[in-house]
Amino acid sequence: MAKLGDIVEKIRAKNAGPFWVTVDIFCGDTGRFDDVVSRLDTGRICTLVKADPQTTRRFDIEDLAVIKFSFVRKEVQGSRFDRDMHGAQMAVLFAELDI
Amino acid sequence: MPTKVLVPAGVLGLGFDDEALARGIAAAPDIICIDGGSTDSGPFYLGTGTSKYARSVCRDEWRSLMLAREAAQVPLVIGSCGTCGTHETVDWMFDITLELAAELGQSITVTRLYSDMPTSDIAKALADGRVNPLVPAPVIDAETIHACDHIVALAGAEHIQAALATGADIVLAGRTTDTATIAALPLLRGEHAGAVWHGAKIGECGAFCTTKPSSGVVMITFDEDGFIVEPMAEDAVCTPHSVSAHMLYENSDPYILYEPGGHLDVTAARYHALDARQVRVTGSQWVPAEAYDVKLEAARIAGYQTTMLAVIREAQYVSRVKEWVDDLIAYLHQRIARNMRLSTDDYTMEFRLIGVDSALGELETRQGMPTEIGVLVIITAADQETATDLARLINPFLLHHPLDSQGDLPTFAFPYSPAHSERGALYEFAMNHVLQLDHPMDGFKLKIDKVGHGKAG
Repeated sequence: MAKLGDIVEKIRAKNAGPFWVTVDIFCGDTGRFDDVVSRLDTGRICTLVKADPQTTRRFDIEDLAVIKFSFVRKEVQGSRFDRDMHGAQMAVLFAELDI
Repeated sequence: MPTKVLVPAGVLGLGFDDEALARGIAAAPDIICIDGGSTDSGPFYLGTGTSKYARSVCRDEWRSLMLAREAAQVPLVIGSCGTCGTHETVDWMFDITLELAAELGQSITVTRLYSDMPTSDIAKALADGRVNPLVPAPVIDAETIHACDHIVALAGAEHIQAALATGADIVLAGRTTDTATIAALPLLRGEHAGAVWHGAKIGECGAFCTTKPSSGVVMITFDEDGFIVEPMAEDAVCTPHSVSAHMLYENSDPYILYEPGGHLDVTAARYHALDARQVRVTGSQWVPAEAYDVKLEAARIAGYQTTMLAVIREAQYVSRVKEWVDDLIAYLHQRIARNMRLSTDDYTMEFRLIGVDSALGELETRQGMPTEIGVLVIITAADQETATDLARLINPFLLHHPLDSQGDLPTFAFPYSPAHSERGALYEFAMNHVLQLDHPMDGFKLKIDKVGHGKAG
């Protein structure tokens, strides 16, 4: 079993405004993109980040060999219980995911 | 005729390559545009009307840009002045500009664009059905709106165009969309609207769309069919991948970008390498909307905070830290109820375990045995005095709470005295809504000053 971060080129996460966080998985090439797309289950990702599947958005962008997820933040950026002002550490969960 | 927009950096205060800026000026831009803000650093700046970046740094960089403007003899525009783009930070940039105009001997017209929306106006607009929620939107009513310290509307291209129409050499804009300053002039000159908004999005973070983001400076050249993006640093290049990938950045939808008055759709965009450094993009579409909506940002106080930090190095406490912290919290709630007569509705106290799961909390999937653990205690209450009194109550137990009530009392490491720090007000973003306007300038204000002509104002 491999870690997603070992397969793909780069994974980054960032706020998309105060109410969303977005994760970009740069696969690197079409071969890895097709491989990851076929193995990455959206439901499993929602469980990983405890996101609501109803509002979670996924984009498989073949031209860029990128898979993008956007999640509604569980804690609004900077609110009392927010732990990560810029939402960037979420990328680590994806990189360390067994796939 | 193509329109060349020089973007020195993604934000004023982050720095740029002076040689690249000089190269950009030598390439004869039609306008120089830079962003001054973002919500990305959190609600504090909007709540307080202050800048994240140091005044001295912004002043130093603005000096370079004012000199560049004078050399190029074209307008210089900054959007979202001072991080949050409230009237306080627009005036803060104006003060810096006044100082520099005097220092540099420049006689210029400076136009300020204010994006502040009075809470009473927004409460009325809500009642009139002109404030509509985005997803997800906090629940709001007149009371929550009146409680906001600042509400700003994100200005669009129309507002920047109105500011430029005053004959401004420099435009200091309040909160603005990331793209509007760049889009304003090319749209006025009739360049392809889809290309304009797409190019503005690609260029809004400066050289983030190149292979060397720290170099800052890019030139976006718009025409009637598309746009070309080129880095100004000699050792940076743009590739179809570096350019197209920027639509992903800080954007929940990689194909659609909403702006006042419509949206950009890049689904059919095509990216073509002109040479080893420049990329040309065509095929982007601008879709006008029936209504003219501007996005609102609002911040209000959600309590007051006091924090504490302790470091646990003792191995048995490190290995049983969650058990320790659960026991400590239960004990403290009792003490607080008994000694301070407060219920758990009156305050929150969090113990974030640095070295265990402080960044990810319940999402953390890794478990390990750290050498030491930082215990960051965050106390929030309705006022500062209560939050700090809670910290004073917690202090001896954070220092000495034992795992075993029969054993010796531990003494953990406090890094400083006093052990508590008052953080002041906790601000929160209170709105994720749009405001429908009859006319783009409704609620926005312009102020024009001739500076260095003897007397400002």
